[in-house]
Amino acid sequence: MIYNIPYFAVIGLIIIGLYAVLFKRNLIKMVIGITLIESGVNLFLITLGYREGSTAPIYTLSPGGIMSMPVPQALTLTSIVIGVAVLALMLSFIIHIYRHYKTLDVGKIGGDEE
Amino acid sequence: MNKRDVLAIIFLTVVAVFLIYSAIMMHPFGVPDNSEMDDHIIDNTQTEVGADNGVTSVVFDYRGFDTLGEATVLFTAVAGVIMVFRRLKK
Amino acid sequence: MSGMSRIVKTMSNIIFPFVMIFGLYVIAHGHLTPGGGFQGGAVVASACAMILVAYGSVWTMKKIKEKQLSILESLGAIGFIGLAFLGLVFADKIFFDNFIMGPNGIGIIFNKSAEGLSNINTAGVLPLMNFAVGLKVIAGLFAIVLVMAYATVKVKEVE
Repeated sequence: MIYNIPYFAVIGLIIIGLYAVLFKRNLIKMVIGITLIESGVNLFLITLGYREGSTAPIYTLSPGGIMSMPVPQALTLTSIVIGVAVLALMLSFIIHIYRHYKTLDVGKIGGDEE
Repeated sequence: MNKRDVLAIIFLTVVAVFLIYSAIMMHPFGVPDNSEMDDHIIDNTQTEVGADNGVTSVVFDYRGFDTLGEATVLFTAVAGVIMVFRRLKK
Repeated sequence: MSGMSRIVKTMSNIIFPFVMIFGLYVIAHGHLTPGGGFQGGAVVASACAMILVAYGSVWTMKKIKEKQLSILESLGAIGFIGLAFLGLVFADKIFFDNFIMGPNGIGIIFNKSAEGLSNINTAGVLPLMNFAVGLKVIAGLFAIVLVMAYATVKVKEVE
């Protein structure tokens, strides 16, 4: 069980990100929490494809030996790009909300229709 | 400490217990379970695709549809950001 | 946002071509070394963001409108989809096929001509796809940063 340390690092990242989303009142802190959850999931995808004592799956100037699995690394590439796209869209919506309501507190925006 | 905070603490504790239990029961780090597809990719990537880089041959040749979907998501995000900050010139 | 001092502008003028050439090297050698379209595009986009920070967003918006960046990104996307549709015309008549290096490829003589002596591994349609995706990522990320930096300039009339 002591060899599962990378999985505990993933759990730490996800729990801290969930705490920031659930318990904070500022909008920017919630966005930082969402980014932390996405980083934890990307780390989990990479650690699934590791073999003991292996090198990168590239044949140019490789030192020989066994190679790790290339499919989880390809899926992580796609996930990182999607995370960047979602983060850009969230931040532009926050700028638009601040111009309209003049505050960034979650409890004070929306809701009242006069 | 209103009702919403108590519910959030309970939810966080349940998620943490599930995650820790599954991390203990996973296979040890470094010994993957079934890897026949990746062995086939590593052995045949120089003759079928003709590339030295295994990760690029997976991203663009063996799993090209995922790259097509990712390019669409990137295009939609850029279109959305430009559309939010448009100034209507009267 | 306004620009920075004259020392920062001079240093970013000197560093910008080196970072751009390194980013284009990472894009072009995507099938041999670690890298590819997405990674090299991120490197070049960060060099362009350095120019934006050094000169200010008002000056940069006068030189490069976001309409030109949008046209460049659409060209990259059309190139990527066009290369996928060309797989329907040549070789195996499958959508999204490697029509140069597949089983009945049209350019398979490039790799077979020097087998055993010096293994030339030019991977079919992969470098062309790398260039298309790299152009798309450069234009897309630079457009996002430019539009968001220009929108936070305090205008005189507040509506």
